[in-house]
Amino acid sequence: MAEPYTTIDCDVLVVGAGGTGLRAAVAAAEAGCRVQVVSKSLLGKAHTVMAEGGIAAGLGNVDADDSWTVHFADTMRGGKMLNNWRMVEIYAKEVIDRVFELERWGGLFDRTEDGRIMQRAFGAHSHRRLCHVGDRTGLELIRTCQDKAVHTPGVEVSMEYTLTQLLGDGHHVTGAIGYDRNDGQFVVVRAKAVVLATGGWGRMYRTTSNSWEGTGDGAAMAYLAGAELLDMEFVQFHPTGMIWPPGARGILVTEAVRGEGGMLFNSEGQRFMLEYDPQKKDLSSRDVVARSIFKEVKAGRGTPHGGAYLDIRHRGAEYIKKKLPSMWEQFHSLASVDITREPMEVYPTIHYTMGGVRVDPESAATRVAALYAAGEVAGGLHGSNRLGGNSLGDILVFGKRAGEYAAEYAKTVGSAPVIADAQVAEAQSDALRFLAGDGDATGENPYLLHEALQDAMQDDAGIARDQQSLTRSLEAILELQERAKRMRVGGGRVLNPGWHSCMDVVNMLTVSEAIVRSALERKESRGSQWRLDYPDLSEEQGRVNYAVYRDGELMRIRAVPLEPIPVELSRHLEDG
Amino acid sequence: MEVRVFRGVPGGEQGEVAYDVPPVEGMVVLDAIHHIQKHLQTDLACRWNCKAAKCGSCSAEINGTPRLMCKTRIDELPEGPVTVRPLAAFPLIKDLVTDVSWNYEVNKKIPPFTAAEGDRGPWRIQEVDIDRLYEFRRCIECFLCQDVCHILRNHDMRDRFYGPRFFVRVAGLEMHPKDVLNRVEQTRAEGGLGLCNITKCCTEVCPEHIHITDNAIIPLKERNADAHWDPINFVRRKLRRDSGGGAATRGLDEEPAGGPPR
Ligand SMILES: Cc1cc2nc3c(=O)[nH]c(=O)nc-3n(C[C@H](O)[C@H](O)[C@H](O)COP(=O)(O)OP(=O)(O)OC[C@H]3O[C@@H](n4cnc5c(N)ncnc54)[C@H](O)[C@@H]3O)c2cc1C
Ligand code: SF4
Ligand code: SF4
Ligand code: FES
Repeated sequence: MAEPYTTIDCDVLVVGAGGTGLRAAVAAAEAGCRVQVVSKSLLGKAHTVMAEGGIAAGLGNVDADDSWTVHFADTMRGGKMLNNWRMVEIYAKEVIDRVFELERWGGLFDRTEDGRIMQRAFGAHSHRRLCHVGDRTGLELIRTCQDKAVHTPGVEVSMEYTLTQLLGDGHHVTGAIGYDRNDGQFVVVRAKAVVLATGGWGRMYRTTSNSWEGTGDGAAMAYLAGAELLDMEFVQFHPTGMIWPPGARGILVTEAVRGEGGMLFNSEGQRFMLEYDPQKKDLSSRDVVARSIFKEVKAGRGTPHGGAYLDIRHRGAEYIKKKLPSMWEQFHSLASVDITREPMEVYPTIHYTMGGVRVDPESAATRVAALYAAGEVAGGLHGSNRLGGNSLGDILVFGKRAGEYAAEYAKTVGSAPVIADAQVAEAQSDALRFLAGDGDATGENPYLLHEALQDAMQDDAGIARDQQSLTRSLEAILELQERAKRMRVGGGRVLNPGWHSCMDVVNMLTVSEAIVRSALERKESRGSQWRLDYPDLSEEQGRVNYAVYRDGELMRIRAVPLEPIPVELSRHLEDG
Repeated sequence: MEVRVFRGVPGGEQGEVAYDVPPVEGMVVLDAIHHIQKHLQTDLACRWNCKAAKCGSCSAEINGTPRLMCKTRIDELPEGPVTVRPLAAFPLIKDLVTDVSWNYEVNKKIPPFTAAEGDRGPWRIQEVDIDRLYEFRRCIECFLCQDVCHILRNHDMRDRFYGPRFFVRVAGLEMHPKDVLNRVEQTRAEGGLGLCNITKCCTEVCPEHIHITDNAIIPLKERNADAHWDPINFVRRKLRRDSGGGAATRGLDEEPAGGPPR
C-alpha cells in the first residue's frame, strides 16, 4: 500500500525551471497544453541565473561577416567533430531568433553604437558573437523567461519539489513521483508527456562551479527509465575558477574576463598561452586553456595558492566595472581583491557536462516514449567540448523544441495515464528508508559519502586520467554504492537536507559510474577527455559516441556510429 | 568560534542553538552553516544555490541585519558570537528557511512586458535610453528589501503593498522604451506606492546596490504625482540626466514640497 500522496494532473510535465524548462513550458502551453513545471529551488535560482558571459548567436552585429554557418563550423570544431551535426545546424540557425525573442519578451542586452545587440569575443569563437549584458546574462535570461512563463496561461509552477523517479514501464513514461521539500510529503505528477530540463551535474567533483542542485537527478532518472546516456566521459573543466579563499574555491570567473582582454600569466610572469596556442592564445577552447593552467602548476610555475594569474588591469577601472561588475564585486567581497588593481588567482573548476540523455535532434525525444530531454541534461550538441555561450543558446532552442514536440505527443494521448499503486509504494519506500525515525541513526552519513565520492572523481576521473586512475575511481564508486544502501539520517520529513542528500548521493553515484565507464571506454584524448595513457586523437574512436544504458541491474555501454555530415554542411567546415 | 543559529518549526520548539565552528581563512557565514550541516546537525535547513551572491537564495538575518550568507565574511563581523536567524518578515518553515511564496504572487499581478502590437523587432535601442534600466534588472530577488521594509515587517500590509522589490520591477518596465503600458495607477492603487515614506532601509540592505528609493520609488511617485503624466517633463529630465548627473540621484530634490507619504 502506498503512503498518502497528492496527485497533480497535467498534459506536459516539465522537470526543471532553468532556461530550458521555462522555455519548454511556454512552448507547450502556447500549443494548448496544461503544463506543470517543477523545480528543486525557488523560481529564478537555477544554474541558468549564474551564467555570466553571454549567449552565442551569429547575428553579425559587431563582426559583419559572422553567420550561422560560421557558428556551425566553430561549434563542430570546438567539439572535435563528435557533435551531432544536425543538432548543431538547428542550433546555429535558430538561436538567432531565440535571442530576438528574448528581447521581444523584455530582455535587455548591452548595445552597439548603432543600437543593436552588442556581441563580445569568447573562447574559440572565430567572431565576436556573445550577446550579453555585462557579466550577468544568465540573470537577464532567466528573469525574462520566468516572467514570460508565469504570465503564460496554462503554465503552473511548483517550486521546491524534488522528483525522484519517472513512472512508467521502461518503454513509456506516465509521469513522475517526488516530494515537497518543505513538508516532505509525496507528490505524483500524472502527465501525458514529460520534458526533462534538469540541467547538468558537477557536484560529484570537489572543485565545481555548480550549486547543490547539480546532482544529475535527471540523467539518473532517465537512465533508470530506459533512456540512454551519451558522451558521459566529457565533463568540462572551466579554466578559470576562484582558488582563494578556501570557501570560494571553484566559484566561476567568467570567460568574459578574457573575452574583454584579460590575459593569463604564470608565477614567472610568462603569458603561457602564447606557447600552448599561439593563434587563439588566452581565448583558446576551454579544454586547451584548462590543461595549460594544469600543466603550468604541475611544472612548479603556479601562484601562491596553486593557480595562474588572470590580469585585466590594463582595461582600466571604469571599463572593468561597466563590463565585469559582478566579477569586480565577487573578488572584492569574497577575496578582498580589487581586480582593477591586482590580478586574480584562478584554477580550473568543473563546470559543465557535455554528455547527457541521448535525444533525437529534431524533437528532443528520447528512446522512451513520451520522454523528452533538452538543455544541459541532454547530450549531443557540444560533442567533446562546449564553447562558452553555446549553452544559453542551447537551452532556448531545444527547450522550445522539446516543449513543442512534447505537446504534440501529449495531444495524441487520449485519457490521463494510469499510475500503478505498487510503483508509487516502491518509490516511497526507496525514499523513506534513509530516515532513521526514532530508531538507530548510526548508518552512513550522506555528507561524508558525498565527500568520498568527490575525492574519487576529482583525483582519479578529473582533468587528467588514465586506465589506472579510472579503474581506481570505478572501484571506489562501486564500493560507495554498497555503503550508500546503509545511509541513515536523523530528523523528520520536514525540510531535512540530510535526508535529501541521501537521495542526491544515490543519483550522483549512478551518474559517476556512467562517467567513469565511458571514460574507460574512450581510449584517446579528445576535447575535455585527456587520457595520459592515450595522449592522441584516435581516428577510429572519432567515428563513434559511447552510450550507456541499463540492462537489468547492469550498466552497459555501446558504441553509436556518428552520422556522416552532408556535403553542403561539411563545406562550411572547410571555409574558415 | 561560536555560531548561534535559530532552529525550529512553527508551533514547535524554537530558539538559538550555539555551535562551535572552526574558523577558516576568508570564510563566509554560509561556509559555517555548511560545516554545521555536514558535521554537527545534518537536518539544519537553509537555502543556497550559487554561493557567489548571484542568485539571492541565502538571505538571513546575521547579527540582526538582513544579508546574504554567502557574501558575509566572518572576519568582517565584530568579534564574538555570530547569530544567524531567518528573515523575520516571512512565515517560518524551518530553521533558516521562510515561506517567501507571497513575493511570487505579487509578481504575477504585475502585467508582463508589453510592446506595441506588431512591433516585433529586432529593435534598434540606444544604450542611453536604457542605461538606467540595467540597475533594476540586477535584482536577484533575495527579498532582503522586503524583509527590512517596516510596512511589511512591522505592519504586515501584504494585502495592499507590493514592497520595494516590486517597485523596482515596475520601474524597470515603466521606463522601458518599448513597453506601452501605463503602470503607475496600478502601482498606486493596488501596490500601495503611497505607503512608502522613503525611509531608505530597503536601499541600505540591497546586496546589488540598487538605489531602490532614489531611482525606482521616487521617480514612480513623481509620475504618479502628475495625474496626466507630462512627456515634456520626462524629456527634460532625461536630457538633464544624459548631460551627466542623473535624475535618479537627484530624485529627492525633485520631490514636490510636502512629499510623500501620499
Ligand atoms: C557559474 C556558471 C556560469 C555559466 N556561464 C555561462 C555562459 O556565460 N554562457 C553559457 O552559454 N552558459 C553558461 N553556463 C552554463 C549554463 O548556465 C547552463 O548550462 C544552463 O543554464 C543550463 O540550463 P538548464 O535549464 O538546462 O538547467 P539549469 O539551469 O541547471 O536548471 C535545472 C532545473 O532543474 C531542476 N531540477 C533538477 N533536478 C530536479 C529534480 N530531481 N526534481 C525537480 N527539479 C529538478 C532544478 O531545480 C532547476 O530548476 C554557466 C554555468 C554556470 C554554473
Ligand atoms: S523606502 Fe519605502 S519601500 Fe523602502 S523600506 Fe522604506 S518604506 Fe519600505
Ligand atoms: S531589490 Fe535588492 S534587496 Fe530587493 S530583492 Fe532585489 S536584489 Fe534583493
Ligand atoms: S547562495 Fe546565491 S546569493 Fe547566496
